[in-house]
Amino acid sequence: MAHGHAVKRYSGLMDWLTTVDHKKIGILYLLAGGFFFLVGGLEALLIRIQLWKPLNDFVAAHTFNELLTMHGTTMIFLAAMPMIFALMNAIVPLQIGARDVAFPFVNAIGFWTFFAGGVLLNVSWFAGGAPDAGWTAYAPLSTPTYSTTHGLDYYVIGLQIAGIGTLVGGINFLVTIINMRAPGMSFMRMPMFTWTSFITSALILFAFPALAVGLAAMMFDRLFSGNFFEPTNGGNAVLWEHIFWIFGHPEVYILILPAFGVISEVISTFSRKRLFGYSSMVFATVLIGFLGFMVWAHHMFTTGLGPVANALFSIATMLIAVPTGIKIFNWLFTMWGGSIRFTTANLFAIGFVPTFVMGGVTGVMLAAAPADFQYHDSYFVVAHFHYVIVGGLILGVFAGLFYWWPKMFGRMLDETLGKFCFWTFYIGFHLTFFVQHFLGLMGMPRRVWTYLDGLGFNNLNLISTIGAILMGIGTIAFLLNVVITALKPKNASNDPWEDGRTLEWTISSPAPEYNFLQTPLVRGYDAFWKEKMEGKKAMVPAEPIGPIHMPSPSILPFVMSVGLFIAGLGFMYAKGDYGTGIWASILNNHILAIFGLAITLGCMFLRSVYDDHGFHIEPDELHGDKGVKA
Amino acid sequence: MSGHTHVDGHLPHEPEKATLEGRNKVLGFWLFLGGETVLFGTLFSAFLALRHQVGDGNPTPMELFDLKIVALATFILLTSSLTSVFAIQSMHTNKVKPMIWWLIITVLFGLAFLGLEIYEFYHYVHEGHKFSTSAFSTSFYTLVGFHGAHVFFGVLWISILIAQIFKKGLNVVTAPKVYVAGMYWHFIDVVWVFIFTVVYLMGKVG
Repeated sequence: MAHGHAVKRYSGLMDWLTTVDHKKIGILYLLAGGFFFLVGGLEALLIRIQLWKPLNDFVAAHTFNELLTMHGTTMIFLAAMPMIFALMNAIVPLQIGARDVAFPFVNAIGFWTFFAGGVLLNVSWFAGGAPDAGWTAYAPLSTPTYSTTHGLDYYVIGLQIAGIGTLVGGINFLVTIINMRAPGMSFMRMPMFTWTSFITSALILFAFPALAVGLAAMMFDRLFSGNFFEPTNGGNAVLWEHIFWIFGHPEVYILILPAFGVISEVISTFSRKRLFGYSSMVFATVLIGFLGFMVWAHHMFTTGLGPVANALFSIATMLIAVPTGIKIFNWLFTMWGGSIRFTTANLFAIGFVPTFVMGGVTGVMLAAAPADFQYHDSYFVVAHFHYVIVGGLILGVFAGLFYWWPKMFGRMLDETLGKFCFWTFYIGFHLTFFVQHFLGLMGMPRRVWTYLDGLGFNNLNLISTIGAILMGIGTIAFLLNVVITALKPKNASNDPWEDGRTLEWTISSPAPEYNFLQTPLVRGYDAFWKEKMEGKKAMVPAEPIGPIHMPSPSILPFVMSVGLFIAGLGFMYAKGDYGTGIWASILNNHILAIFGLAITLGCMFLRSVYDDHGFHIEPDELHGDKGVKA
Repeated sequence: MSGHTHVDGHLPHEPEKATLEGRNKVLGFWLFLGGETVLFGTLFSAFLALRHQVGDGNPTPMELFDLKIVALATFILLTSSLTSVFAIQSMHTNKVKPMIWWLIITVLFGLAFLGLEIYEFYHYVHEGHKFSTSAFSTSFYTLVGFHGAHVFFGVLWISILIAQIFKKGLNVVTAPKVYVAGMYWHFIDVVWVFIFTVVYLMGKVG
């Protein structure tokens, strides 16, 4: 039957706009996330330049508010999340021996809606002002009474559109990991990165809808005169804090768990040892995911929930230190007695461990509610969450990128430049944020535009700014590395580190379109390593060579996200005063918004009505491919 | 894998789970409903937090709600859940025509429910209970309106599926679609049971 359908193949730009291949979508996530990481990093540098000396006026106070808001929002939603999805897309299906993800089309929707939301959010810079109420957008600062520009409108609508993409991406990975594992790949044989991606996806599924409701409620307040957070009409500003943090706290575990997974893979590979305490690692991951939903109010100790609530949330928060501690010791014991190779990837992974411990320790300090009244909204908090997010997540992402770069692109990143990148970024990081603990304890509040001379803040702020510039140099070194590597020949072998333990290292670099010529048979944890130890060079195939079914590329996901983008703009600008012209009738009657939604719903209709039969790659086309050989 | 190799009359026992695509779709939809549960849970929480914030001179829930209309709407929506079960049962015994009829009846019940809800909202607005009146009214319209939008989307979706079954027949590609639409319909029914209790019955007792 496969011969009946013509194979649709696009090339060039159309290939990237229509792709449903998880490996290409992973690269798209990396490009887009990398771009937003640079934007957010630039915002961070501008913040640090403003703060390098007292009473500086490098940027205006209002611009400073926009910068700090957009830095946080961009880094969390548009840089960290997509870079995690980049690694998940590129690696998880390969690690479980799957030919594809469960929903390739939905996967593409996930990327394009995230991208449309991210672009929309950043359009605000050129449309009369970016959001300026902090990345947490607390009411009433974010209500129409106190925020009269369109900035916060861009925030609520941009994040809603991006959130759709994250949510469907999470569902896709849950189903992929549950249903698409190769024969023999039981749950307790799954690589640690797959496990952490699995738990992260579950957290996405249960956390993001809460954010969607919070953002919708704020959108109704802002655009349709609702009263959720409007105290004059009975609304409740604390409600926003609850909704935001019920999403927001799981979000930090959504971010850090995949980094834990990367660190586990990298340390195990470059110690040439099985991961110490695999089962306890899985248990700890699940427990962290579960507890992550129980602790949101520790962000609100000073809101006034009362001593009982504060005590309970304080204890629940401290409990999380237990499974996290288990992980730290497991990584140390994995290295213990191993023959460690200090590749760049492993440097980032080893550097991660003490850094994350420091972030964890300040986390426990902040969890003590009475002490938190001192730390709250000071630079101590800023130092803490940068230690766990930059020192945790970003070091993990760098480790993952250096480790899996050959599997994604077929080329090894340069190790010398990589080590330069590590040392500048790592030293720069500690220089920037270590001193901020003390700034906080000395009383410097976060989110201030400037500070007075003679408070003892001057030197520490100067050091912090120098550190930030050093981190910038490290990032530039990474970009340079990427460019230099792209110019080199594509010659990475299947198992370029020679110590690969998991299934992604059994196939060519980069992986072929269909991943596995024959689905491998998994006979244990660290499936490839097990075969190597028995002297075999390849996996045992679980099926004969046959035609491979592939999904068709489609432009619909891209068009759907364009529709949402247009609808978002239409809703935002519906209330303005445009006189009586054609624009007034289009915008004031929500015609542009409805037009945008119609595009998206129309694409859903087309997708439902026209079945995608996909196409088959026949065995004779596969001839000569390297397949599953090592 | 390839759904259209099956012809009508030779369907497996549970056609929605006969292919990996079908199983993926059903599992993915269960997970999606898990997310939807959080969505409505958050909406309910917001409503519960704000439901007493009626404001001076505005109609209270006790004055507004007319349980007769709401009870009728509840009866209609719960019955539509039953008819959607009959549709899935017909699908499992491979009776395409009864399945289509039960789906059409489900859609009609859905439309009747929407009609009553629109009438109800129209009536409330006339009594001075607008979206922007108070925190109570905003959270009321948001919660009940989100549910109504879900019913509306379900009506559109099942209608499109009916047309597809007419054209393509029942096979391992269309069966999972009907099955997950049925799951969706049950879900919005369950949500309505909670709305009836939390919004209307609790509103009547104050």
